[in-house]
Amino acid sequence: MSRLPLEQKVLSENDRIAQRLRERFLERGLFCLNFVSSPGAGKTSLLEGTLERFSRNERVALLTGDIQTDNDAQRLARFGFPVKQITTGGTCHLDARMIERAIEDWPLESLDTLLIENVGNLVCPSSYDLGEAAKVVVLSVAEGEDKPLKYPAIFFKSDLMILNKTDLLPYVSFELAKARANALQVHPGMEIVELSCTTGAGFDDWMKWLERRRESAKAVAQS
Amino acid sequence: MHELSIANSILEAVRKERERLNGSRITKVGVRIGELAGVDPDALNFGFEVLVKDTEFEPLALAIEFVARRHECSRCGRVFTVVEYKVNCPACGSTDTHCIGGDELDLAYLEVEES
Repeated sequence: MSRLPLEQKVLSENDRIAQRLRERFLERGLFCLNFVSSPGAGKTSLLEGTLERFSRNERVALLTGDIQTDNDAQRLARFGFPVKQITTGGTCHLDARMIERAIEDWPLESLDTLLIENVGNLVCPSSYDLGEAAKVVVLSVAEGEDKPLKYPAIFFKSDLMILNKTDLLPYVSFELAKARANALQVHPGMEIVELSCTTGAGFDDWMKWLERRRESAKAVAQS
Repeated sequence: MHELSIANSILEAVRKERERLNGSRITKVGVRIGELAGVDPDALNFGFEVLVKDTEFEPLALAIEFVARRHECSRCGRVFTVVEYKVNCPACGSTDTHCIGGDELDLAYLEVEES
């Protein structure tokens, strides 16, 4: 019996494809975000609000993942930007190969922003790199402020946490300060934006974050 | 529950290695999983057993090493294990520490029976 060391990533095949995507995105100055949350936290509403605020000549495209139905793609398509639904047929997360296939026939050079809405799930999407510049985790105040402690992986790997549905705060026992502290405990220095897709409060902060990160991605591509 | 896909990726790697080692029998695969990897060891074990049963891989054991989150202090350089999200440096008390490990999802080793 002998033991052979085998130092490699379990998901090396996914990581290899994700890296290939990342390089393609970087070359073109294409800024890509991967949105993750539990089902019903408001990813699609956040994206609707975001598209609504973009001017029509923005070069934005969306991919939206679900286990079944193309409901989200239909909701998002009305803003006139290219949208494609990825139906995973049971798989609880998107992987890099699904992204590569989905954008096969898209002219990437005509885009500068790609927004990917992952399958609603706080666990599995955290393991799969999609080649994104950053992950954004959405947590709604209807869920509970201990979620970052219960699902540390996704909060640790996300650059930004969006605390959504703040309009519901008067009706739920959710302590914003505690949620922030929990997220920062898991991921010191993480950026946090509070917003409500219903009232629009806080959207300016989110759009500013997006713009700032988009600009820095462009600057990297040009350098 | 993505542990089944992860178990499948582990078996893909074992399959590749088996071709490379032609003839040698692989009896155990060792993986390292960090607490921040978002992978449940029990679910992974279960998925692995299901995928190996009644296949050419049998008998093949899975050994999981679960590793804690580690931080390094930016001030004094101390490396420490983070317990219950306490990220302050145990040596100098600084809050300026950064994560240096704990999100591993690695294939660590294979145990092989010489043919």
